[in-house]
Amino acid sequence: MQIEQATPTERPRLRLSADLLGRMGLGLVVLLMMTVLTILQPQYFPTRENLTNIARQVSSNAVLALGEFVVVVTAGIDLSVGSVMGLSMIVVAMSLHAGWMSGFALLAALAVGTGVGLFNGLALTKLHLPHPFIATLATLNIARGATYLLSGGVPISGLTPTVRFFGAGEVHLFGEGALALTFPVSFLIVMALYSLVWLFMSKTRTGRHIYAIGGSPKAAQYAGINTNRNLVLVYAVSGAMAGVAGILLAGRVNSGYPTAGTGAELDAIAAVIIGGASFFGGRGSAVGVFLGAIIMGLLRNGLNLMNVSVFWQQVLIGLIILLAVYVDVLRRRAMRLED
Amino acid sequence: MMPLVEMRQIVKTFGPVMAVRGADFSVNHGEVVGLVGDNGAGKSTLMKVLTGVHQPDGGELWFEGRRVHFGSSVDSRRAGIEMVYQDLGLAENLNPIANIFLGREMTHSFAGLRLLSEAEMDQAGRRHLENLQIRLPSLALPVERLSGGQRQSVAIARATAFQARLVIMDEPAASLAVAEAAKVLLLIKRLREQGISAVLISHRLQDVLDVSDRIVVLNRGLKVGDLPREEATMERLVGLIVGKAS
Repeated sequence: MQIEQATPTERPRLRLSADLLGRMGLGLVVLLMMTVLTILQPQYFPTRENLTNIARQVSSNAVLALGEFVVVVTAGIDLSVGSVMGLSMIVVAMSLHAGWMSGFALLAALAVGTGVGLFNGLALTKLHLPHPFIATLATLNIARGATYLLSGGVPISGLTPTVRFFGAGEVHLFGEGALALTFPVSFLIVMALYSLVWLFMSKTRTGRHIYAIGGSPKAAQYAGINTNRNLVLVYAVSGAMAGVAGILLAGRVNSGYPTAGTGAELDAIAAVIIGGASFFGGRGSAVGVFLGAIIMGLLRNGLNLMNVSVFWQQVLIGLIILLAVYVDVLRRRAMRLED
Repeated sequence: MMPLVEMRQIVKTFGPVMAVRGADFSVNHGEVVGLVGDNGAGKSTLMKVLTGVHQPDGGELWFEGRRVHFGSSVDSRRAGIEMVYQDLGLAENLNPIANIFLGREMTHSFAGLRLLSEAEMDQAGRRHLENLQIRLPSLALPVERLSGGQRQSVAIARATAFQARLVIMDEPAASLAVAEAAKVLLLIKRLREQGISAVLISHRLQDVLDVSDRIVVLNRGLKVGDLPREEATMERLVGLIVGKAS
């Protein structure tokens, strides 16, 4: 009996490298943007202050995008993350002003974020609301309203050093010598969270099941995967991430203000899409989303350095979303033609 | 020798509709049984009773000489009964190995975390595919990039990867090109060589005649024919399916 081996042939290996190129493409875009900005603004862009600034500025959006990504993998969407970030920020500020210890204030903010996320997940799976758009649109409004009600509509300034450390602090790595690196704490948190989520999504059963649910809900059901439990989990993760983003922002600006995070969900979604995740679910990686968030941060920073108005920045971000998705459409079409 | 599966006088109603009206059905060890009948004859309902998706309103289910009750497809799967659905039930975005192990992933403990054992699954999956002589262009690409026949093979590999005793296939070759359909039929024969029984539900009578050891015909919820392969002809089957006396 002749055994035919299930080994890859040459063509798929070529196709694989096309996939790899597509994934590396984002990294190349980041490098290209940094090169161009260095050439255009040699005295401002490549400075330690500016780069640290970018890292700090992208932190909140990067964390929001990370939570949004996990939801988008299930073919869902979480519109509430911007409002939840604002709510979390106000909760931190108010608990501190009520005399809570920093640790408890941070835990309260995390709990509020996770709670709203849990509610989103349960509204989707238990109340059987037709689409996550609905439930999270509702909590977008509820959380924002609660933020105004709690704060009375006014900013609350002056937070504790512990909270400020997370949002604005720096750590010095590799001593004081030539290799010394100064890193914003918030960006270290971002990288730690991305590593965790990458591990969770790519290397655990639950992560594998989340991808399966996004790729084919029916297949997941046939395979005995508890879809509802996993959906509740992803919305809870998204809410928790929004809680963290609120903490980082509060620490960075040393206050809580009720308008914080208005519209931030759209930036998070933009980073997810630029990062290569598909709205139809089942596709994308934490690495891609990370690069997506960096690209948005570099773009904003570069345009600021070149004195381009905020309004033009918004137009450009829109164009980049179009471009990113269109490039992906082209790549998929090219792969299909190969077959 | 006692049959692997025996269904006796199965009745299943949906409201006023009696989908299965006291049907008998059995599968022996290592036997391929063709299950044919017109639309609405009760084929799928009968198989869903067998896999525990539906609970029968009457009749008995025996598995390896013991009376059993399957409360859900999880129960029947535990007994070694697997179903390959018409829409295959594959996660299009995952690769063949991930699909074979979907819901039954191997894991190991690492620093207190339970992580996927990708290398082990890859190895075991490859071995299983080789045993079935299933050849795929790549095990790293998502199955959406495979042809219809290759995907069907993955679905069958998935169904047989965990000590399956009986695989039920619903129209496995319906949407396939001729050459691909032939490969899938060959795969069914190979399962039999490995001692795995199969039920083939199909409207393509020629396929059924090609691979079945025995052919059961349903008509309006009743078994109207149970023919060994030697006695089955296209004409007799068609006659039984449309309800004329044979």
